[in-house]
This record gives sequence, C-alpha cells and structure tokens, in this order.
Amino acid sequence: MSIESLLIAYGLIAIALFISWHNKLTLEKEVVYGSLRATVQLVIMGFLLEMILTIDNYFYLALILLAMTAIASTISGKRGKKIPHSTGIAFTGILIGSVITFAVMAAAGVIGPEAKYIIPLGGMIIGNSMNVSSLSMNRLIGELGHQRKRIETLLALGANAQQASEWAVRQSVRSALIPVIDTMKVIGLVHLPGVMTGFIIAGGSPLVAVKYQLAIVFMIAGTASLTCMIVTLLAARRCFSSELQLLDTFRPSTA
Amino acid sequence: MLRVSNLSLTKDKAILRDLSFEVAPGQMLTVLGPSGTGKSSLLRCLNRLDTPDSGEVFLGGTEVKSLDILDVRRRIGMVFQTPALIPDTVQANVGLGPSLRHETVSNSEIGELLIQVGLNLTFMTRQVETLSVGEQQRVAFAQVLANKPDVLLLDEPTSALDPTAALTIENLIKDIHSRLHTATVLVTHDIPQAIRFNTETLVMVDGAVLARGNIQDLVNDTSNATLQKFFTGQGPEQIKKQNNSLSP
Repeated sequence: MSIESLLIAYGLIAIALFISWHNKLTLEKEVVYGSLRATVQLVIMGFLLEMILTIDNYFYLALILLAMTAIASTISGKRGKKIPHSTGIAFTGILIGSVITFAVMAAAGVIGPEAKYIIPLGGMIIGNSMNVSSLSMNRLIGELGHQRKRIETLLALGANAQQASEWAVRQSVRSALIPVIDTMKVIGLVHLPGVMTGFIIAGGSPLVAVKYQLAIVFMIAGTASLTCMIVTLLAARRCFSSELQLLDTFRPSTA
Repeated sequence: MLRVSNLSLTKDKAILRDLSFEVAPGQMLTVLGPSGTGKSSLLRCLNRLDTPDSGEVFLGGTEVKSLDILDVRRRIGMVFQTPALIPDTVQANVGLGPSLRHETVSNSEIGELLIQVGLNLTFMTRQVETLSVGEQQRVAFAQVLANKPDVLLLDEPTSALDPTAALTIENLIKDIHSRLHTATVLVTHDIPQAIRFNTETLVMVDGAVLARGNIQDLVNDTSNATLQKFFTGQGPEQIKKQNNSLSP
C-alpha cells in the first residue's frame, strides 16, 4: 500500500467530520484529535516495534510486557474508581490472567520464543484482559448499587462479605463475559477477525489463518474468564468495610 | 435487653444526636418521627450496618463492639421497608440466615415459621418473584425469625404496602410479639399506626429524642408545645384519623 492510498483512506475521516457538522454532533474536534492521535501513536509504535522485535533478551521482553500491564491497569483502574485500590486489583487480575494464558499458549507452541510472537500476542492478551477488567469493575459497581437492598438484607441476617455479594458477583461476571461469548458465537459468520484478515491479506492460506485465529479466540476467552473472576472477586471484597458494611459509595445516604 | 447510650451519627450532616433509650426484654418500643429524621439510621446503627460516631449499644448488658459482628446481626434481626429476597424459593429464603452459618433448618421448622407469619405450607416451594409484596414481607419476617433473634428491628415494615396489606402486617407484628415476646423496636412515620400499636413510644425529631412515653399519653400531653406541634403538624385529616384510632 502506498502513502497516497493511505492518504485517500484518511479522507474517510472527512465523511465523519461532515456527518458530525451536518447533524450538529459537535464531535469534529474529537474526530480530528482522535484520528491524529491514532496516527501519531501507530507511527511511533511502528518505529518502536522495529526496535523491540529485534530484542532477544527475555528479561527485557518481560519488562516490556510488565510495562504494558502497568499501563493497562492504570487505564482499567480508572473505570473502577469507586472501588478502593482499583488499579492494584486490575494489575493483579490482568497480570495473573495474562501470565497463565501466556504460559499455556507458550507451552502449546502457539507463541514462539521470539519477540515477534511474544510482543504482539502478549499485547493482545493484555489488551483483552484490560477490557474485561474494566468491564468487570464497571459491572460490579453497577450491580452493588442495584442490589444494595438485597446485600444489606443479607448482611443484616449475618452474611459475610463474600456471601452478601455472591449474587452481585455472579451477575457482574456474567455481564462482563457476554461480549467475549457473543464474539465466539458469531466469529466467521458476522465478521472476520483481525488476525485472520491480516493473515489472508498478507497472502497466507485461509485454513492456516483459521488455525491461528482459533488459538487467538481460545486465548482471549481464557484470559477474559481468568481476569474477570480474579478482578471481580478481589474488587467485591474491597467494597465492604472492616465492619462488614457496604461502602457508602454504593448506597445513597439514609435518614 | 437493648440499651442505647448517647448515640450520635454524622454523615454530611448530623443524623443522630445523643440518643439514649432502653428496650426491656419482651417490650415493644415504637420510634415515631417524620421522614428523614434519622429513624432508619438509628436501626442501622443498632444492627451495625452503620457505625455511630459516638455512643454505645448494649445487648443483654454487653457492648456490641466487643461481640462478633456476625453474631450481633443474628441476635439483632432487622426487617426492612421493602423486602429484598434472594431469587429462589420461599423455603430457601426462610432458611437463609442459618444456612449462612452452615446450619440447616428442617422442613417442619420452616413450615412452622411460615404458619407464624400467616403463610400456609403451599408457599414453601414457590419462587419469591411470584409473591405479592405483602407476601414477600411475610417471608422477610420468617427469614429474620429463623435466626431466633433476641431483638427485632422493624424499619417501617408496612410503608411499601397498600393500606389493606399494611393492616394485615400490623396485625402480624402484634401477633408475633404477643407470642414470642421478643424485644422489638418498630420505626414508623405514621402517627395513626403508632396509635394503633399503642406501645411505649419514642418521638424523634431531627435525630434527637423529643419525648418518650405511652403514645396515648403523648398525644394528650398538652404541656409540651413542640410535641403537640409534631402531632398536629400533619394536617386536619391526620388528626381526625388519630382521634378515630383513639376512640374505643
């Protein structure tokens, strides 16, 4: 693809700008900012990857993945601001979920021992883990507020934090995993996923592409389930005080 | 049985101000006050769903802070304004308290509890979502009674019900109290209801105790201008209802 082709493709942003201007959506500034930011980020990433993919020291590769986890945790933690120590919870969930998935994928031979496999697939695992972590905390906050009366009834009956939050945790995990499960259901029917599309465009066999894509789908599902469970369970415990009271942030003031 | 000493709670503003009172074993105390005066917060502090800023609560002579919180909550049972049951059968809900402590309640015990709250045994296997709010409130009562509490806290237990269902629950409360003699604190904003219960009453305004005594004595106490303002400040219809309730 030539630079000219890319510039023409960038012209599609003009359509988005026109729609925003025509419908008075006042999104023009954000569309321009977003598209420029994406361009700058990806160009920088391109140069960085050129360097990173030549690294053959596992310690440095692990440090890069850890830095990615830290960034992902910070972003995810902001989604769960109402939960005390949300960044730490996100970090724990993303790290454990990613490490286990990464280890299984490496042991199965899906992720090769080279930077060109470790960094992109590691990034994919951490990125998905971050999404699920954010969604899990967001859903938990919603469920704790929504089920506040039931939780306090359970506490008043003598339930501990785990027992009182059981239904909220269950519902949060279910909601957070719906996108992953639905994606698995429609994969290949509604959309051809990124890895598969890229592989085919690069001239690979569609059947080999399917093989890789399946491994990626299972990897995402595994990471999502692990991260979701870890984040939700850790977060739910933090939503109760040492005196087994649901924190004030999850209930309106009472008179 | 229950003694409250100088209890205060402040959140964004002062909610409870230096409250002190006692509930003797077997006694029913009605806490009467307008909405937003801190009545529910008082019950939440007694059940330790809220922690007061200062003051003490004694259960059977022991300060509750020195007791295990799970045990305090079992011994001080609380029925809320609106029932919030778990999405399961009536049987599972009634046996919930003991099951949280890994204790089992036999079917016959659950059946007895259902009968105590005016539900027959056919309710046992019904899903709680299929019950009316009044029936759900009865299940909530049975749920709390299954914990065999020493003190029963009732937080406006009829406020979510229609007048007929509210009267039925009122009679249920009287019936349960006369049979079990559990020390009970009933919170209400409804003056006619307090008069119908006809018990020792604590009038609470702005988080503080305004007066304490038998409800009929308090209503007839013309020496306390603030108290009379409270009783008459709810409009002529309310006063008329009170008079009707008082007449034999």
